[in-house]
Amino acid sequence: MAAPSNRITATFDRLRRQGEKALIPYIMAGDPSLAETETLVVALEKAGADLIELGVPFSDPIADGPVIQKAAERALRTGTSLRGILQSVKSLRTKTQVPLILMTYYNNIMAMGESEFCDAAVRAGVDGVIIPDMPPEEADSLQRASAEKGPCLIFLLAPTSTTARKAEVIKRTSGFIYYVSITGITGAKLRDRDSIKRNVRVLQKKAGKPVAVGFGIATPDDARQIAAFSDGVIVGSALVRKIEEFQHSTDLVPEISRFTAGLKTALSDSC
Amino acid sequence: MARIPLKKSRFGKYGGQYVPETLMPAIMELEHVYATLRTDRGFQKEFHECLKQYVGRPTPLYFAKQLTRTLGGAKIYLKREDLCHTGAHKINNTVGQALLTKRMKKRRVIAETGAGQHGVAVATIAAMFGLEAEVYMGTEDMARQALNVFRMRLLGAKVTGVDAGSRTLKDAISEAMRDWTTNVRTTHYLLGSVLGAYPYPMMIRDFQSVIGRETRRQIMAAEGTLPHCLVACVGGGSNSIGLFYPFLKDARTEMIGVEAGGMGLTSGKHAARFAGGVPGVLHGTMTYLLQDRHGQINGTHSVSAGLDYPAVGPEHAMHHDSGRIQYTSATDQEALEAFDLLSQEEGIIPALESAHAVAEVIKRAPKMKKNQILIMNLSGRGDKDVNQVAQMRGIQF
Repeated sequence: MAAPSNRITATFDRLRRQGEKALIPYIMAGDPSLAETETLVVALEKAGADLIELGVPFSDPIADGPVIQKAAERALRTGTSLRGILQSVKSLRTKTQVPLILMTYYNNIMAMGESEFCDAAVRAGVDGVIIPDMPPEEADSLQRASAEKGPCLIFLLAPTSTTARKAEVIKRTSGFIYYVSITGITGAKLRDRDSIKRNVRVLQKKAGKPVAVGFGIATPDDARQIAAFSDGVIVGSALVRKIEEFQHSTDLVPEISRFTAGLKTALSDSC
Repeated sequence: MARIPLKKSRFGKYGGQYVPETLMPAIMELEHVYATLRTDRGFQKEFHECLKQYVGRPTPLYFAKQLTRTLGGAKIYLKREDLCHTGAHKINNTVGQALLTKRMKKRRVIAETGAGQHGVAVATIAAMFGLEAEVYMGTEDMARQALNVFRMRLLGAKVTGVDAGSRTLKDAISEAMRDWTTNVRTTHYLLGSVLGAYPYPMMIRDFQSVIGRETRRQIMAAEGTLPHCLVACVGGGSNSIGLFYPFLKDARTEMIGVEAGGMGLTSGKHAARFAGGVPGVLHGTMTYLLQDRHGQINGTHSVSAGLDYPAVGPEHAMHHDSGRIQYTSATDQEALEAFDLLSQEEGIIPALESAHAVAEVIKRAPKMKKNQILIMNLSGRGDKDVNQVAQMRGIQF
């Protein structure tokens, strides 16, 4: 059922051999423009990103807090679409082999058609896809469409997930497991690190797949603490807020690079 | 493949449970609890007792003699949901879900509201059951329904304005879902229409189908025959499915759902999902959506806040495809004319939502035979809309 091994699996394997943890920044594709997204992806990799998540803007992002909601609105205002993002990924593939993962709401995929999406994504060079509003219950047909060629379907688990649900996600996910650190939406405050640690440890033992933690990781310090017991950390809102702040500035790329490099240094400290 | 048993969460190909993992355990708990209570005599007794004593059910099935004479066709009956406590059918569902909240031992309810009728019903029932309530409402809707905002606050609910997107019902639902995701362990999301992830569309239809069951009994007592035609407005679709559901198997009873035609279907400024939409997924469910070719949800327009929403209940999507229920629309202008006509002919000021159904009755009744029976669901009263209509006519108080 798992998609053929690709850049995601290869990257986590390499990091494990080197005793390192994955830094996975999230940016909204098309914020402030797709051209700048391409520049930012290259800069993020250079600054130490091991994998990169590209948000696909959706008009009604129910799992996202205000920072990413506003980023989606900015991206949509400049006419960003899933097809446009796949074009950008294609052009990025001439410059970088960093694993690229789309984070998209299901309606964006449904509008394109599941099998057309899978074909187009793989052809463009997308490695994985995370769909926050597609639990395992609704995943069968997309999973069939992606099973042969990819992309990897990365499922989420949350603090509220039951044992049965964890087992189901472990079975279905490919690439890694996205563990949602908090009961809440993106950009919320990180709480109760001990229980995150307990949950991640249990998952790692059962899954035999990498577990990356996201939601609420905003600072190098957060990243260091979470990376100490997980296989990777995802930083979204904190980075997107910086992009918002510097969107009209020539300092945009250097600022994002500096912030990312700071996170990478923190991760190296945690190992 | 599935260790989680594949559930019957669909209406044909529509419906489903497209929600974040964080919410799935709560959705499953709700499904489990409701499956038990659905056939639990004690629960059903408590529900119906509360509908009788507190809501004031059964509501009358009123023969609209003047309107019938004026239109000169079918005999027109109005199901008087406007006479429910708080002035609309919305309270039926809130009673059911509040009882459910108690059984799940949750202390807080959240809700979205468009016109404010559901919000008022939630605030009311929360006061009565001693629950904490927070209602999300688009700031655009707060402006056009200021009276209902005040009513909710008077009843002790917290009303939180939503300033995102189009600042209407769709954004209020998104924000309520975010709150639920954050507070899911202590909070029940008291959704107001037959929308959202399963089991909401089924559960809310069950709670609202008291409307159709009463109607069936009442028309048999009054006329000794089933109606030829049922008419109701369709926003999310709870008052319409509530009326229609107990008649679905009566093949000779026609059913008409009326969507908001706004400024006309060709203007693009409307909320007629069946006329202008295609299937997609929004707010947890697969159904007809007004969206662009990339899957971005389109803005909608209607004079009535309660119909101003880009998706329709998934059960309606199924009945649309099968042809069992026909869907049509009425424009803002037609609804406003119907608002006046019913006020002046029958002395009943309808909600602007319900006025869309009246507009369809005006078109349809004259083409029917005099011995045929048409029943319209008068889902809410129009007191809340008087200010807005006056303003549109340039009258300031």
